[in-house]
Order: sequence, then structure tokens, then C-alpha cells
Amino acid sequence: MSFADIFLLIPASPLLSGLIWLVVAVGLLYLARPAAHLAIAAASRLLHHACKLAARSVMLAEQRLKQRNNEVLLAAGREAAERIIEREFERIDASVRRDLAEYPALQRQMSEAITRLEQDYHDSSEVPPEPPAWAKVVDAVAKIAPREPVVGEILQDIHDSMVRAQRAAIEQYRNDNSKRHRILSRMMPLWRRVAQVLGEMDKRVNRLLERSTAIDRHMASYEDILNRSPRAERMLSSSSLTQFFIAGFVLTIAIGGAVINFHLIARPMQEMVGGSSYIMGYKAANIAALVIILVEVAMGLFLMESLRITRLFPVIAALDDRLRVRMIWVAFAFLLALASIESGLAFMREKLSQDDASLVASLVGQGEAGAVAANLWITTAAQMGMGFILPFALVFVAIPLESFIHSSRTVLGLLAQGLLQLLAFLLRLTGNVFRHGGNMLIRLYDLLIFLPLWLEERLRARGKPAAEMAVTDDAVATEGRS
Amino acid sequence: MKRVFLLLTATAALLLSACSDETTHSRGVYMLLDTSGTYTKELDKAQQIINFVLAKLQPGDSFAVARIKTGSFSEKDIIARVTFDGQPSRANLQKRQFREEIDKFVANVKPSAYTDITGGLLQAVEYLDEKNPGRKTVLIFSDMKEELAAGYVREAIPLQMQGFEVVALNVSKLRSDNIDPREYTDRLAYWRQRVEAGGGSWRVLNDLERLEALFID
Repeated sequence: MSFADIFLLIPASPLLSGLIWLVVAVGLLYLARPAAHLAIAAASRLLHHACKLAARSVMLAEQRLKQRNNEVLLAAGREAAERIIEREFERIDASVRRDLAEYPALQRQMSEAITRLEQDYHDSSEVPPEPPAWAKVVDAVAKIAPREPVVGEILQDIHDSMVRAQRAAIEQYRNDNSKRHRILSRMMPLWRRVAQVLGEMDKRVNRLLERSTAIDRHMASYEDILNRSPRAERMLSSSSLTQFFIAGFVLTIAIGGAVINFHLIARPMQEMVGGSSYIMGYKAANIAALVIILVEVAMGLFLMESLRITRLFPVIAALDDRLRVRMIWVAFAFLLALASIESGLAFMREKLSQDDASLVASLVGQGEAGAVAANLWITTAAQMGMGFILPFALVFVAIPLESFIHSSRTVLGLLAQGLLQLLAFLLRLTGNVFRHGGNMLIRLYDLLIFLPLWLEERLRARGKPAAEMAVTDDAVATEGRS
Repeated sequence: MKRVFLLLTATAALLLSACSDETTHSRGVYMLLDTSGTYTKELDKAQQIINFVLAKLQPGDSFAVARIKTGSFSEKDIIARVTFDGQPSRANLQKRQFREEIDKFVANVKPSAYTDITGGLLQAVEYLDEKNPGRKTVLIFSDMKEELAAGYVREAIPLQMQGFEVVALNVSKLRSDNIDPREYTDRLAYWRQRVEAGGGSWRVLNDLERLEALFID
């Protein structure tokens, strides 16, 4: 029995059959109305609450993730601040060692200069000329016998001696003065030296003061981080995003360099590992070239780690200094060897290209010599140079890589937070759609059975005045009896 | 410790050898040259095609050139054959030697009386199946008119060409084709039917300027 057989109650008239079915259906729906309303309301409430609960759970997860992200962010910021402060202290230490280690020498120089200045000062002091002793003698001789010619001669001799002595004294005085001037002129460089030493000390002290100001600034931000202040969180988050994009940009450039490097060595690698072998669908020569580049990047990472420029591997950072220095040399030696190999491969690439060009030229009938271009040595030298330099350039990938890895943790956390917020919003929206959808379904249900409902309303309205009239009659009778 | 090291090395070697495959990516090309009658005059074009194929083939690929004559189902009809070395520089050397062999052949070739295309195709299938490259291509440089000497049985032999790509090159029109072009189209249709019935694919490439189409995957 097909659907049409069941549907066509009156085979001659499908319309009439349809109408009968409609009446039956509306009647059934009318009878089931209270139960259907309850079921729809219950289902919509259930779905609404389920979505609300799920949204709340997602928001709780988002809060936990936010908290965790903040912790990670602050921990990373604390570590970075510690590193900066540590570096500043190292600089101050170096500065103190360098500048203040010379302080005793400077002090000695100053003392020597001052002693010499003192000595010179004493040397340059003026000695007053002795008073002439002849005056009393002349007086005494003149009193003995003033009119004797011998006395006159004696006095004349005394006068001559006095004149001579005065001349000698003046000469001596001039010499002494000249010597003092020489001493004074010798003091000038010493003064300058003292001023220079004092200036140098002033500069060094100022440098230390500047460093201490920087440390104060870093310490303030470090304290902010320790206190988990919102300002520190905002700054760290913004800094992390900036780091992520900058590091991503630099990494893209580095990838470009690696691709060029790959093309430089992929072709000659075919000579070493064969051009016809494949590993998992990829040419073995290409894989070998890629491995060489990756080994170079790995060596670069180890070199940067050993130099303590990056801190991706705590094991390397914690190594004994002597071992670390050995590691630096080993990584550098590997890099040098790989760079030399690459340079050789780049040279081989040029030779192979020439051979290929020559073969193709001969095959198309231009002759073997037709393909050899002039000034080929320039491209050969450029390729060799690039082959040698690029491995060392790739060493510096470690720095943006570290920044990228560290900042990507924050960025991924923020993204996950955003996704969870979006999910919570969608769940809330769906919950509300279910709630209002339930109400709408109830209205639609009533719309389908509007005819019996209308009839019910009419009947109720007709029954209502009769009932009201009966109530009024009863009231009148009661009043009459009373 | 030594044992562990040996075990690790052996495992790595096993894994690499399991992953490494040379045949699936290589290409095998077998070219048939029609040397019957006046078609020998067209051999300079064939040389161009051979040079083009040589320039395009990669290390690890195989290439053979054979002539079509009265009875072509024979290794003796293979003029030159090579499987290129993995090292590109050695492969280039092999290409130069191959070209020299072809040049010598073209210089001394003598026209044959009959054209055994089916025999040549059977030989090509045998050669390429033996080499088992990833892609098998048979190039037929001929007017595709088969003329068999008395006693040679070819008509009833089905071609087993699963995975083969057959390209007819420079299919020149004969004088009789000009009188009745249906002969030409019927001839090509006949060969298409035979190749496709054997499981292979069929193409015609008359414009030698479009040889690049031979190597489009």
C-alpha cells in the first residue's frame, strides 16, 4: 500500500481527501495543544540552559586561560627584565673594574703631581736680600779720625767694595728670579695634568651615575612586574605582539636567504648523492641540500646559545665556562667547514650549468663553444661568495627565532582567548535563539490550529453572557427573599 | 654499544632504502625511426627530435632509438640505447656519446624495402618493460603505413601496452592520401585502435615546434 493509497480516502477527489486529512490533523493538534505547548517550552528551556551552561564553562576556561597567559607573560617579562638588569650590572661591574681599577694609579699620579707642585712652590719662594753690613763699619771708621786722609782711603775702599757687593747681589737676585720663573712655567703642565685627571674621573663617575639611573628604571619596571600591575601587563602584552611581528618579518627574510642558499647547492648535490634517487617522493639531492642548510641553522643556534646571546637551551646556558668556550669553537669550526663546502658546491654549480648550457647548445646545433658567456668569472665569484656568507648570515636566525618562539606563546594564548570568547558568544546566542524559538514555535502551533481556537473562543464568549445572566437572576431572587 | 650502533645503522639504511625509489620517477623513451623508402630523407627531423629528447631527459632516465625496417622485432635494430647515470655530469657525457652514435647512423643509413611497425612496437614494449621506468613513452617517427614482407606475421598479435604512451611524430601524408584523405585518417584510426585496445594511450604530434608537449605531465 503506497502513500497515495493511504492519502486518497476518496479516490475520485484528492482535494476532498486532503481537506479531510487537514481537518483530522488540525483536530489532533488541537487536542494535543496543552501537552505540545509544554513539550516545546520544556525543550526550548532545556536547550537554552544547556547552551548557557556551556557558555559559562567556556567563559570559565577563557578566564583560566587568561590567568595562565598573564602568568606566562609576567614570567617572561620578569625573566627579560632580570636579564636586562643582570646585563646592566655586568656592564657596571666591567665599568667599575675598568675605571676604578685605575683609580690607585690616578691617585698616585695626582699625589706625585701635587708633591711636585708643592716642591716647586717652595722652590719658587722669594728669599729677601740680606741687609748690607758695611754701614756700621763706615760709621765706626768715620768716628775714629774724620780728618785723616787714610780714613778717606779706607772709606773709599769700603765704598768700592759696597758697590761691587751690591752689583753681585743684584745679579744674584736676577738669577734667582729667573729660576723662579722657570719653576713656575714648569708648574703649568702639572696643573693641566691635574685638571685632566680630575675631568676623566668626573666623566667616569658620570657614566656610572647614568648606568645607575638606567638600573633604577629597569628596577622600577621589574617591581611593576613583580607586583603584577595592569600597566606592566599591558606593556608586556603590547611588547610581545610587536616582537612577534618583527621576529616574523625577520624570519621571513631569513627563509628567503635559506631558499637562495638551497638553490645554490641543490643542483651540485645531485653530483654527490645522484640525481635520480628519491626519498619519500622527494629528490634525495634536494633533501640533502635542505639537511645541510638545517644543520647550518642548528650550528648557528648552538653558537648563539654558547655565546649566551640566546637562551633556548638551558642545558647549554648552564654549562661550565670552559666547556662552553669549547662548544663555541666546535660550532664555529663546523660552520666554517659547511660554509667552505657550500662555496665549493656553488663553484661546482656554475661549472655544471656551463656544461648543461654547452650540451644544449650543441644539441640545438650552435656548437659547444656557443654557450660560454664572457665575464663568467663574476657570477662564479658571486655565487661562491654567497655560498660562503649565507651560512654565517643564517647564524643570526637564532635571535629572531627565540623572540618568535617566546612571543608566539603570548600571541597564541591571546588568539585562543579570542576564540573562546567567540565560542561563548555563539553559545549564548544559540541559547537565546532556542528560548525565543520555543516561544515562536508555540505561536506557530496555535496558528496552525487557529480555526478550532477561534471556535473555542466564540463558544466561550457565548457561554459567558448566559452564565453571567444566571448569576444575576440568582442575585435578584436572593434579594427578593430577603 | 657497538651492537646497538650497528643495529641503528642497519635500521636507518633499511628505512632509507625502503623509502628510496628511482624507477617510479624515471622516464623511459623508445623512439622508432622509419627508414623505409623515401622516409630516410626525413631523418634530419628525427635528429632534431632526438636532440630535443636528449636535452629534456634527466639522470636516471632511459632512452633508446631503433630503426623500423623489414623485420623490426630484434635487438639488432636498436641503434643506440642508454640509461643515464645518476650524476648529471656523467649523464651529459652519455648524451654526447648518444648523439654521436645517432649522427653516424643517419650519415650511413640505407633505405629498407618494408616497414614493420608492429615488430618495432613489440620490441619497444619489451625494452621498456625490462627497464620498468615510471613513465613509458614510445615515439614513432613514421608515416604509419605498415608494409610487411611475405611470411611476416603481425596482424594477429595483440599489443600489451598498459601504462604506455605512444606518440606518432611527423606522420607525413603519402601521395595516395592526397587522392583519398580517408586513407590517412583510417591509418591513424587503425593504430589508435590497436594501441588503445592494448591499454596504451595514443597521440599524434605533427607540429615539431610543439615538441614541448611531449614532456608535459
